[in-house]
Amino acid sequence: MEKRPIKHYFSLIWFGLDPTLALLLLGLVFVGNITFLSASSGTVVSWLDQARNLLMAFAILWITSRIPPKWLEKAAVWLYGAGVVLLIAVAMFGLIKKGARRWLNIGIVIQPSEIMKIAMPMMLAWYFQRREGMLKVWDFGIALIFLLLPTLLIARQPDLGTAILVFAAGLYVIIMAGLPWRFILPFIVIGVIAIILIIIFGDTICAKDVTWPLIKSYQKHRVCTLLDPSSDPLGKGFHTIQSMIAIGSGGLFGKGWLKGTQTHLEFIPEKHTDFIFAVYSEEFGLIGNIVLLVLFVLFIKRGLQIAAEAPTLFTRLLGAAITLIFFTYAFVNMGMVSGLLPVVGVPLPFISYGGTALVTLGLGAGILMSIHRHKRLVQS
Amino acid sequence: MANFKDPQTSLDDFHQRIRIALIFVSVCMALLFARFFWLQVIKHHKYSTASESNRIAIITTPALRGLITDRNGVVLAGNISAFSLEITTAGIDRPLEEIVDELQKIVYISDKDKQQFLKTAKNSKSTEGIPIRNFLTDQEVARFLAQRFRFPGVEAKGRYFRNYLYGELGSHLLGYVGKVSQKDREQLASEIDDSQDEFSSDELRAMRVKGIQHMGKIGIEQSYEKQLRGVTGFNEVEITAGGRVVRSLSSTASIPGNNLTLAVDIKLQYIIEQLYGNRRGAAVVIEPATGDILAFVSKPTFDPNAFVDGIDSDLWKKLNDSPEKPLFNRPLRGVYPPGSTYKPFMALAALETGKRTATQTIADPGFFKFGGNTFRDDAKNGHGMVDMKLSIAASCDTYYYMLARDMGVNAIHDFMKPFGFGQLSGIDIAGEVRGILPSTEWKKNYFKDPAKGKWIEGETISIGIGQGYNSFSILQLAQATSILANRGVVMKPHLVKLIEDPLTHEKTLTVPSESYKIPLKNENLDVITNAMIEVNRSGTASQVFNGTPYQVAGKTGTAQVFSLKSQTYNASAISEFKRDHALYIAFAPADKPKYAIALVVENGGFGASAAAPIVRQALDYLILGQWPSGVPQWKNAQ
Repeated sequence: MEKRPIKHYFSLIWFGLDPTLALLLLGLVFVGNITFLSASSGTVVSWLDQARNLLMAFAILWITSRIPPKWLEKAAVWLYGAGVVLLIAVAMFGLIKKGARRWLNIGIVIQPSEIMKIAMPMMLAWYFQRREGMLKVWDFGIALIFLLLPTLLIARQPDLGTAILVFAAGLYVIIMAGLPWRFILPFIVIGVIAIILIIIFGDTICAKDVTWPLIKSYQKHRVCTLLDPSSDPLGKGFHTIQSMIAIGSGGLFGKGWLKGTQTHLEFIPEKHTDFIFAVYSEEFGLIGNIVLLVLFVLFIKRGLQIAAEAPTLFTRLLGAAITLIFFTYAFVNMGMVSGLLPVVGVPLPFISYGGTALVTLGLGAGILMSIHRHKRLVQS
Repeated sequence: MANFKDPQTSLDDFHQRIRIALIFVSVCMALLFARFFWLQVIKHHKYSTASESNRIAIITTPALRGLITDRNGVVLAGNISAFSLEITTAGIDRPLEEIVDELQKIVYISDKDKQQFLKTAKNSKSTEGIPIRNFLTDQEVARFLAQRFRFPGVEAKGRYFRNYLYGELGSHLLGYVGKVSQKDREQLASEIDDSQDEFSSDELRAMRVKGIQHMGKIGIEQSYEKQLRGVTGFNEVEITAGGRVVRSLSSTASIPGNNLTLAVDIKLQYIIEQLYGNRRGAAVVIEPATGDILAFVSKPTFDPNAFVDGIDSDLWKKLNDSPEKPLFNRPLRGVYPPGSTYKPFMALAALETGKRTATQTIADPGFFKFGGNTFRDDAKNGHGMVDMKLSIAASCDTYYYMLARDMGVNAIHDFMKPFGFGQLSGIDIAGEVRGILPSTEWKKNYFKDPAKGKWIEGETISIGIGQGYNSFSILQLAQATSILANRGVVMKPHLVKLIEDPLTHEKTLTVPSESYKIPLKNENLDVITNAMIEVNRSGTASQVFNGTPYQVAGKTGTAQVFSLKSQTYNASAISEFKRDHALYIAFAPADKPKYAIALVVENGGFGASAAAPIVRQALDYLILGQWPSGVPQWKNAQ
């Protein structure tokens, strides 16, 4: 480091982005654009829109990367507080679209739950930072309250996808902050047993007149069609069946770019947004999927590395949580498209079309960059 | 909780958790990889097939049904194009019932059609339209088209439907087509001949069947179904999930059905049907040399067009319940005692078996006693001295009572059988009845009880005058007359003369050669022919045939419907349906017969007055080209 200080400072000031992360990000965006071109052909969605969204996301990323983590730490409580207030406002006078109350009109229509995806890990990281060195077990209890309040508000909208992501983001912070294993392991055991039981007794619990506690009937339906998509081949199971056909028919090498019949003949629903992975998978096959999985794994590995090297507890926890959120996005999305998980509205990061998601993702990646950048600055 | 408070321990713990997180991420990603491997490598074939069958749809192109024309090329059964309302269920995402309800506000759809449609369409995401209503009127088409935007997936499509151009004319011989039922489909599936196909499969066969919307239910339409049907074509297309056709991948043209040229002369058919007026009956005209059926009349008739798209229940009930029985195919399925028309055949039997010579005479006192019963002649005081010629010309019963006694029932049976009496003629429409040509054997089989099944000699007597157990169809009577005219050569009677391949125009005769020949002596045939000529010259039908420039050999007959016990028959005093049937058989010209005719006028009374005039006018038309007065001029339908 001492050998070429000038060049190094120059690049930090003028670009300052982590080259590994940036390169992997570019790789994902490249895959996303290639797929988007195929998925959007013959639809009204224009590539220009996607280019504009990407530019905006990169701008946010770059700007965020300039912001010192200290500022983020200070903003955390305000952002979280504002988010909760807005969520309560949504619950009271939010706009209803497609049966869900998710939006708020404050001059422009916003979706406050989206803010929570970032605000939640920031808030909890801030809390653990404050309690650093004097952490008690009940601190995890307080953190859980911070976590559950917005999560339940979002789940009530209802918006299961976002609720899961927000919950996961917070949970990652709590776990990384040192939640004792004795609290974690029982949940893992219960979870595994529950999954096994659901698979074994799927038929019984999916019987028509059985209602599940706390779960809406359409959500139950999603889980049940996941267990047996053919139970409703023309309805809810249609999406899963068709995307599985798309992936499976892609084979080892795929049908070739722009040649996916499932895609181009409109069998894939939401083919440029949540289900874009089916398009990619059909056209590029298992080889393409391996490339994508490797890109994601490397991206996450790099993100976790940045978190590990971060100078403060706040940046460590925030970095790790954001990275793991990227992973959650990717895993849940590919899992649902390939029929492994229920269908929830989660986009594939940097690949799915959609302005809001890209802004959030840009913000997340920007924070990672900022943590990385300011580690260097602090060290120097 | 010491580790929480020590920053270094806490950092180590964090780093450990980062490593665990990385392992967790890797495991999850490996799980995804395993899932992809499962879908894309292990189950690739399954999903690849599913993707293909998703994308490719086969649309059937129905074959055009063959035309039916009369012997002179007049089209009797053709195909008309009409609009039908069809719903393609694949692209529809709301309840079908709702759509149908809304359609009902624009276009008339009966509840029956609605139910049937919903049954067919249920659980099917078909890319092929399922018809809900056929034969839309122009107004309905216009109304629907104006509202079309409201009904994605619903289309008014031009389809071909069977059309019987002359309606009621000749309906019993043509028959009709009707909608294919589920049971029909199973039958059709087994009949489809796909040996010519490059590849065949159950699926393809099912598609072929699907392309057949109508099939012959009765008459020629039914019996020549396989000829008329043609072969359904296919259009393999690429479709979107919504069922929209993107492009055509390959197509196999449909093959139109074969055309049929009937033996029937529709104008003759028309004349005879007109001459019957409102009377009931059956008439069959055969060309003896070929077996061509020139007319096949069953009165009253019905309009076969009513059946094409499913007959409505009121009309069906009306047709079925009518005492006139318009749906009953009389020449094919009606059996009548032949009455005196049997006498020429009896006489020929007598000559051929040597029981009588032409010149032998009997004394007719006006009755014949046998075993204590008296059999009456209709001439109260008898005909005096009667030879064979007079027995036919004057229709002397006593002569035949004696002859029957002398021959015995079995000898009569054996002689009559080759003439087709009481036998299936093999005519080319289904449903023919056999009738009864009595013999001791027949009676034994007919009655289960051996006591009842024993032949009583007295029963033989009335056989001789065509009564008793005798009961034949008019088709059989016409066929026997034709055989007589043809001097023993038997041609199978047939309604369809030629089958024409519409592509190669290759024509095939349905009955190319004689079935068999009955050995008959020419001099005997001459005796019978001359006696039958005498019937029309000086005998029972002489008034009707007065002044014909050609010679007609004929015989009148009267068949009892209602047996009167020792009462005198008074036609006007008994109800119409119990009156005697009037029969007549003839062939002409007598020296070189071109036409053989048998007919019955049900409850028409005496044969000479009710039945013979129809024959006279038909023959005047056939031989002299003279259009009967009172029959409206023929007009070709178009």
